[in-house]
Amino acid sequence: MATTADNFAPSAGHGGDHGAHGVDDHGADHKPGFFARWFMSTNHKDIGTLYLIFAIIAGLIGGAISGIMRVELAEPGIQYLQWWAEFMGGPGDLNTALHMWNVFITAHGLIMVFFMVMPAMIGGFGNWFVPIMIGAPDMAFPRMNNVSFWLTVAGFFSLLFSLFVPGGSGPGAGVGWTVYAPLSTTGSPGPAVDFAIFALHLAGAGSILGATNFITTIFNMRAPGMTLHKMPLFVWSILVTAFLLLLALPVLAAAITMLLTDRNFGTTFFDPAGGGDPVLYQHLFWFFGHPEVYIMILPGFGMVSQIVATFSRKPVFGYLGMAYAMVAIGVVGFIVWAHHMYTVGLDVNTKMYFTAATMVIAVPTGVKIFSWVATMWGGSLEFKSPMVWALGFIFLFTVGGVTGVVLANGGIDDNLHDTYYVVAHFHYVLSMGAVFSMFAGFYYWFPKMSGRMFSEALSLIHFWLFFIGVNVIFFPQHFLGMQGMPRRYPDYAEAFTFWHEVSTFGYYITAASLIPWFVNIVYAFTAGKQAGANPWGEGATTLEWTLPSPPPYHQFETLPVIEDHHDYHDHRPETA
Amino acid sequence: MAGNVNHDYHILEPDIWPLVGSLSALTFTSGLVLYLYPDVFGSTGSIVMWAGLAGLIATFFMWFKNIVVEAQRGDHTPVVQLHMRYGMILFIASEVMFFVGWFWSFFDFALFPAPLQYDAAADATINLFGQEGAGEAEFVPEGMEVLDPFSLPLLNTMILLCSGTTVTWAHHALIHGDRKGLKQGLWATIALGVLFSAIQAYEYSIAPFGFGGNTYSSAFYMATGFHGFHVLIGTIFLAVCLYRAYQGHFTPRQHFGFEAAAWYWHFVDVVWLFLFIVVYIWGGWGAEFH
Repeated sequence: MATTADNFAPSAGHGGDHGAHGVDDHGADHKPGFFARWFMSTNHKDIGTLYLIFAIIAGLIGGAISGIMRVELAEPGIQYLQWWAEFMGGPGDLNTALHMWNVFITAHGLIMVFFMVMPAMIGGFGNWFVPIMIGAPDMAFPRMNNVSFWLTVAGFFSLLFSLFVPGGSGPGAGVGWTVYAPLSTTGSPGPAVDFAIFALHLAGAGSILGATNFITTIFNMRAPGMTLHKMPLFVWSILVTAFLLLLALPVLAAAITMLLTDRNFGTTFFDPAGGGDPVLYQHLFWFFGHPEVYIMILPGFGMVSQIVATFSRKPVFGYLGMAYAMVAIGVVGFIVWAHHMYTVGLDVNTKMYFTAATMVIAVPTGVKIFSWVATMWGGSLEFKSPMVWALGFIFLFTVGGVTGVVLANGGIDDNLHDTYYVVAHFHYVLSMGAVFSMFAGFYYWFPKMSGRMFSEALSLIHFWLFFIGVNVIFFPQHFLGMQGMPRRYPDYAEAFTFWHEVSTFGYYITAASLIPWFVNIVYAFTAGKQAGANPWGEGATTLEWTLPSPPPYHQFETLPVIEDHHDYHDHRPETA
Repeated sequence: MAGNVNHDYHILEPDIWPLVGSLSALTFTSGLVLYLYPDVFGSTGSIVMWAGLAGLIATFFMWFKNIVVEAQRGDHTPVVQLHMRYGMILFIASEVMFFVGWFWSFFDFALFPAPLQYDAAADATINLFGQEGAGEAEFVPEGMEVLDPFSLPLLNTMILLCSGTTVTWAHHALIHGDRKGLKQGLWATIALGVLFSAIQAYEYSIAPFGFGGNTYSSAFYMATGFHGFHVLIGTIFLAVCLYRAYQGHFTPRQHFGFEAAAWYWHFVDVVWLFLFIVVYIWGGWGAEFH
């Protein structure tokens, strides 16, 4: 989509209070040829665009797989899985059909986590806007930036390969996104799980390199005067996220390497016959996995903070509290992992610790929710589509956060563990929290990235259909979970039928909501108005709005200077 | 780049090696899977794997060659050098967390052992948990001998500690403009690194237990094996520095390539000290020595 943007001359950098400082267009728009530009890129904006396109493609595939699952679950009994088993090249017996179910939940989870949310938020918006927001011309390591992207693509292909090779009872890796042993070791002979494990290795290596790139960029490339405490909250969110990636992913790499050697080379890390322990894998996985869920939501916090401030025409309430709340969430996120493992037979004192530590996370999260509300309080609110998506985020993420506090209790979780209540909880924070923030960011920054305005009406239709759709999918799943419907099953007792029917109906609404989104993108590129430097008015104070839309190929060839009175987050008059 | 660039950052031209490197990595991992399942994929796997590995090595070679060329061209302004310092520290931090994973499994097995029985003749282990004749659970399986930590492992500890001093000698020589001392120090460090790897390989070959089969052997070989791999990488890194020293690349003021190699070498050294104390001494405590 961004290639089309080449055809439009960047509009002049008017608009915004601050003028177009730091913009020097002479020679800055010299772009390489098509292959060099998109396959050999060292430009943070082009790499960000690549990440966004990749995330959209991966998200459509992952979303289509959830459609397969919702249609199957629309009524009791096995409907279509045997057909899928044959379609994917396996025998059409019941065992293979049930294996296909595991393959679908695995592919859906891995694609959405590693190839949709992370590439869109960190790779896409992070790459596009972290350098611009701190007043830098590019990332610290532009070549490494590109290898991060292509390693993510390589990982995606490795995961796709896994779908077409034997994985035990049929084609594909049917092990869940957690890849728990012993299902992933002795339980899944055949190369599919090895391909899936290497998918995580490749994507993980790309993410670690990306994390070092972001941390270095944010620490070293802030424009003169842009102190850490003046940095936009989106940049803060990416900084914290990058630290979580840097420290959590290598532990996953070690854990899945143990899976590989257990599968292929005779080690017994997770095999009790040689003294090993499957629960050790769960510890290692969730030591990564819990920071990972914050990796998926923290950039969303950052985007929502920018958007709420912009459309309230007020600085964020409690800027420092907001920044350090994210730091606190990141730090505490490393010491709560076993709340994913309450039912493995943990010592009761261990469960008490992890319950208490998990509850603590509600405090900085509450700081964020209340600060967003306080930012809007008394603000000059404007309900443009990015703001509407951000408000949807705040509401739905809070619902998911509240059910998270319920599940944090080790005692209650004994009953709810691995039920649809958990499925509802994490989809409220992810497919509503993370995804709403991504759409908010998309509509907020689309005019900046493309130079074109989208249709406000279409974006609001998209919002309402999506909002209603995902709630119809996932709210009934709380009821199913309370009634005892377990996760990861393609069939169920008839008593669960009604809410499953409702949930599947919600999927159709959600899928339909994507149509106005695509129409809107086409509309913007064919008939959309020129965006101008700052389409959002005086509330948009960060540096990207001082540049033309789209920004020049290399921005800030003369670095902007952030002066003292030019304070992004505290407009009080100086008293000294 | 064109235009009026008024900053010291390093804006790079488009480059093919990130794409080549990623495709090579995918080729390598996929080739490894093909190689592991000859009954599914036939015998082509090893060719694919070696092709991928060759691509990876070519990528690393060209990538670092380009960095060296850019450094010699003067692209590495003080702020770009600072980027590299941050990048290297963060990379080492991620490596530390990788080893945390292996130590985690080691401590899990050592602190919560299973009653294993090892048959040295057959290199086979059985778990007697809950069965008649199960002895007291010890980390080192009953009937298994371990390596004497105060034999070759202690020698290797001395070798690595010594190499830490020789690399510092090289660094000080470089800072004081003593090119001869720089080369001598680097030669000594590389020789000690190679010696370490050789002794480690010899020790693996005479170890009284095979690879895998039980938790002690799994954790021992994977933790020390990944350390050994890092020694190899560090030795290559130092060898590149030695080559660059002969090319006259480093100056007393600007020599981050050398410093990064030295940092990495010290990191490898520290990991070994933990391995020596935790795995070799504490892990094998009370067991029979080979």
